Amino acid sequence: MDLRQLLANQLSRVWRYSWTLLGDEAHIQDMKRNTATSGVTVPPALEPLRLVDSQGGRVSTPPLPVPELDTLGALHRAMVIGRRFDRQASALARQGRLAVYPSSFGQEACQVGGVLALAEQDWLFPTYRDTVSLVTRGVDPVQALTLLRGDWHSGYDAHAHRCAPQCTPLATNASHAVGLTYAARQKRHQASVPAQASTAPSNSADPAEVEADTAALVLMGDGATSEGDAHEAYNFAAMWNAPVVFLIQNNQWAISVPVRKQSRAPTLAHKAMGYGIRGLHVDGNDAAAVYAAVSQALTEARAGEGPTIIEARTYRMDPHTNADAPQRYREPSDVERWQNHDPIDRLESLLRAEGQLDDAGRADLDATAEKLATRVREHMAQPDELDPNEILAHTYTHPSAMLREQQANLAAEIGEARA
Amino acid sequence: MSEISFAEALNAAMRDSMRENPDVVVYGEDVGQLGGVFRVTDGLTAEFGEQRCFDTPIAESGIVGTAIGMAMHGARPVVEMQFDAFAYPAFEQVVSHAAKLRNRTRGSVTLPLVIRIPYGGAVGAVEHHSDSSEGYYAHTPGLTVVTPATVADAYSMLRASIAHPDPVVFLEPKRLYRSTATMSLPVTTEELDRAVVRREGRDVTLLCYGPTVDTALATADAAMADGYDVEVVDLRSLTPFDDATVTASVRKTGRAVVTHEAPSFAGYGAEVAARVTEHCFHYLEAPVLRVAGYDAPYPPPLLERYYLPTVDRLRTALSRLQWESQWTENDPSPLRVAAAAPHAANQDSGVVA
Repeated sequence: MDLRQLLANQLSRVWRYSWTLLGDEAHIQDMKRNTATSGVTVPPALEPLRLVDSQGGRVSTPPLPVPELDTLGALHRAMVIGRRFDRQASALARQGRLAVYPSSFGQEACQVGGVLALAEQDWLFPTYRDTVSLVTRGVDPVQALTLLRGDWHSGYDAHAHRCAPQCTPLATNASHAVGLTYAARQKRHQASVPAQASTAPSNSADPAEVEADTAALVLMGDGATSEGDAHEAYNFAAMWNAPVVFLIQNNQWAISVPVRKQSRAPTLAHKAMGYGIRGLHVDGNDAAAVYAAVSQALTEARAGEGPTIIEARTYRMDPHTNADAPQRYREPSDVERWQNHDPIDRLESLLRAEGQLDDAGRADLDATAEKLATRVREHMAQPDELDPNEILAHTYTHPSAMLREQQANLAAEIGEARA
Repeated sequence: MSEISFAEALNAAMRDSMRENPDVVVYGEDVGQLGGVFRVTDGLTAEFGEQRCFDTPIAESGIVGTAIGMAMHGARPVVEMQFDAFAYPAFEQVVSHAAKLRNRTRGSVTLPLVIRIPYGGAVGAVEHHSDSSEGYYAHTPGLTVVTPATVADAYSMLRASIAHPDPVVFLEPKRLYRSTATMSLPVTTEELDRAVVRREGRDVTLLCYGPTVDTALATADAAMADGYDVEVVDLRSLTPFDDATVTASVRKTGRAVVTHEAPSFAGYGAEVAARVTEHCFHYLEAPVLRVAGYDAPYPPPLLERYYLPTVDRLRTALSRLQWESQWTENDPSPLRVAAAAPHAANQDSGVVA
């Protein structure tokens, strides 16, 4: 018996014994049940799961189901378009045409891999750094920039895209996703059990939606995992067995604070073990791995197996925002090192090596991306038509007398200014 | 007709809402099996099942956060914060999300959501169980903040809050949970956004809400001996504020005192006093006074009677109002005579009704 085996035996003996120490029979049954139904026995890999290596080669024993070639092509395409959009938005911020832009340059595999894994009926809960995820989800790129241009706090129809407004207070949108999927489950329940003697109009949407297996994807950063709201959302998701995937983009930086000052967990995905849910640690610059991990987690979630926390290890290549000064807290060599792990280069090498992409194909793709960038640029060059009356228009469904008075005052003020 | 307690009326409001609308769900800490620490949710799990009335982990931010997500997707959650001061962990969800989501999305995402919060003192509780937190919520645009003071309002206002299209912070005065009235349910009282004159009077308007309404009514009775005829207005809705009802009353009486348990400084009463002054300046015979909790943290239970607004303190405030008016009973202020006429407030109050 080697040392490792011996240790394992000892641990298992201590574990069994501890049950008898820790409480009564009911408590022991609870612990046994939780151990049997949770992913707690499988700690996330310390080395991030990877399907495609930095040189674009397929790994010999894939730890996750490898996406089909056309999916890999779609991931590459969305990343190229997403990066062109991100570059354009950063340029507009430097020119003062956006109020601010938190770049996600280098994180395309996370946002694209996560979003493309979603089904139509699923909901996306993005943060302020996830504008590329919105574009990937199909939100109009000009509408996607409404928040960051400063026109309004959110510029797209959340229900139409099944995409919540971008969330700025860290981790606070995670519990929204948990609640939303609970409501979706209630709708399914209502559809299967006819409501008793209900005469009131119901809020429920169309029957097709009612039947749908709605899951949700929450995007969050490494810094957000330090917030109490992350903990509460993970725990509620676990208790409700919610079909939610929490995708942590660990880009190593919470503005200037490195992740080693955020957590002593071996990986951020290890936090899942404490909640009794599955945790996966993937290479966040490998779009195939992110897609595969999120897809698998969504499939399990739909099958009633509850939530998953996925840490995607990546790197924030750009400053926090255009207003940041990264030279104060990190070396340029750190950034250069990560250039060797670029998510687009990696997948492009694979696609070219396997005959799925050539120079002409890439040129076509670049032209498409450029068209999108041009449209964004041209729109942002025009002054936007803003209605100042709007600041009082949306606070309540039925504005109070006080608010109506203020609306009238503001309208009069605007009228005088224009006269 | 039967004797119904405040807590039972709240319970009935949730039960009837849940029977009527399958989208209504009730959850929070201890609200399921136990029926809530004040028994306000008693029996709801038994009738509607654990899918619609259930216990959650002790995590207020998670409770409100999940309720926001539910409301985004067609549910009508009614969540309980166990005590006023235990609602503070949820403050960010309330202020940054519940209050703002409709505005952020230009009205495309509305949140029909009720956050029930037992609040106020006078129940002999140890610290963190007696805060009056209404000012924090009333100060936040996007929230509707209401507080019932009668058994009938407990039922009717909670029904209306659950039917409301926007987030409602529903403040339940703890000291009233065991108060009773002989009545039958269902009952429909005044609209959710209206203040109500609980007692008519000629000399001064006592403005109150929730936990202080009974104190104000007792003060009005006692003040008869002092020669003051006191009108008592129960504000009911803190946001929005019913300027029309309050203005009509104060223009009629010419004097106003506002009372609440929360500390006085920058408290809700300051807003009431400012609005009354703006709308009634030419009718006022005296400055608007506030009788509130002291500007110190809520005291331990054995000392709370020294902290809370009492009948004596309110009577003292009434006597401190300026009573030496240039107008006499035989030569009354023409403005106030006009204000006392029926429907006067609607004619030239300058207030949008």
